[in-house]
Amino acid sequence: MEETLLKTCLHDRHVVLGALMSPFAGFDMPIQYTNITEEHNAVRHKAGMFDVSHMGEIFVSGPDADKFVNHVFSNNIEGMEDGKILYGMMLYPNGTTVDDLLVYKEFVPDRYLLVVNASNIAKDYEWLCAQAEGYDVKVVNASDDWGQIALQGPEAEKYAVETLGLDEAAALGFYTYYETEYPGVAEPRMIVSRTGYTGEDGFEIYASHEAILKIWDTLLEAGVVPCGLGCRDTLRFEAGLPLYGHELSDEITPLEAGLGMFAKVKDKADFIGRDALVAQKEAGLARKSVGIELQDKAIPRAGYPVEVNGVQVGVVTTGYRSISTDRSVCVALVDKAYTELGTQVEIRIRKKVFPGIVTKRRFYETNYKK
Amino acid sequence: MAKTVEGLYYSESHEWVKVEGNVAIVGITDFAQHAMGDLSYVDMPEVDDELEKGEEFGAVESVKAASDLFCPVSGTVVEINEELEDAPELLNVDAFANWIMKVEMSDPSELESLMDAAAYEAMCANE
Repeated sequence: MEETLLKTCLHDRHVVLGALMSPFAGFDMPIQYTNITEEHNAVRHKAGMFDVSHMGEIFVSGPDADKFVNHVFSNNIEGMEDGKILYGMMLYPNGTTVDDLLVYKEFVPDRYLLVVNASNIAKDYEWLCAQAEGYDVKVVNASDDWGQIALQGPEAEKYAVETLGLDEAAALGFYTYYETEYPGVAEPRMIVSRTGYTGEDGFEIYASHEAILKIWDTLLEAGVVPCGLGCRDTLRFEAGLPLYGHELSDEITPLEAGLGMFAKVKDKADFIGRDALVAQKEAGLARKSVGIELQDKAIPRAGYPVEVNGVQVGVVTTGYRSISTDRSVCVALVDKAYTELGTQVEIRIRKKVFPGIVTKRRFYETNYKK
Repeated sequence: MAKTVEGLYYSESHEWVKVEGNVAIVGITDFAQHAMGDLSYVDMPEVDDELEKGEEFGAVESVKAASDLFCPVSGTVVEINEELEDAPELLNVDAFANWIMKVEMSDPSELESLMDAAAYEAMCANE
């Protein structure tokens, strides 16, 4: 391996557990500890935990923080209550996507936490700093100071409360958070949110490296299954959640990705990319993200062509033999003419084409806590 | 450690070949199945397919990835192992006991370009 890979604070733990390690977003990350199917099912039926310390934490604060975040963020933070979280995107002026992210409204005025994709931390930070000109805000990339564990699955609440003693976690609604302190560490600040990337109930816990190590060890000892990025992808895919670089990118707008509900062109008079989205809506979308289910067991993968009568009409962005439904399914970006539910298309897999039917992009019924 | 079987021929792309008369029985090695992890699909050729040495003839797929299969010798597919269509995991159980296809060789001298078990093991040790 020529390039120098970054390591999360939990890297040694992964190595000791015998994880299969692989580069992801510049980090040496665990893909699986045992196998993807077992870890996937642990999250669907019990509880699993992911080291997601590679994710980025960028803090925006200052007198203009409200105005600034609403300017760069596609969702609407106006009237957002403290402790609430919103999902949305940062867009380029042409409407394509800089990144998709979570915005946490902090319990102090004029302060937000932006949680961004690991692969985009440097790009996002530079983008935010460039847009901040003329706004009285401070943008701080604190990604190196924070670790993060995602505790996910139907038993996540039980482990959060009983094992970690996070009593208040039980009362959290979906997409809300609270702050607490982890006892006996130098940097005790801890953020616990009812969020995730699996389609199951669960929590994302942000804390200092020292605290994250202790939380990991405590959960492991209690029987929470360590889960790698392999099943993180199969889980989020089944739940219809996008991954930057696949369903969203600097060539794909949220409207094309079917995520228009997170880009508030009607509610907000201004945000970067809004005009382009309005124009795209008026002109009509040329292509859109859909689900496709194959009858065959062949597995559609990212990059495979979607065809109709031998002519390419789209491309697969993510595909799997779905572990939870045992069906070969994918998300694909397809010419608008072929995006109606039930449309018959074909996917070229190596030398053969396989018939498929256009479906919704969510292949698994999610189990979020309301 | 991945095992090998004496008396077979091995390709750089991790296929094994067992020769019975003019027929090459082709499978994937233990090293390959181990590297792939749990297999969920085997994309097989069809009987009567004419394959060139080095030509892609199918793939084995795990949850995470597809790995192309390359034909170690030129010839015509005379039989495929249909058992693998419903039970791809057999390759994980025993990669050498479960073949993928049988090829009627058009040029058996191509076997000479393949490796024996010792040479293949040495190659894997460097991967």
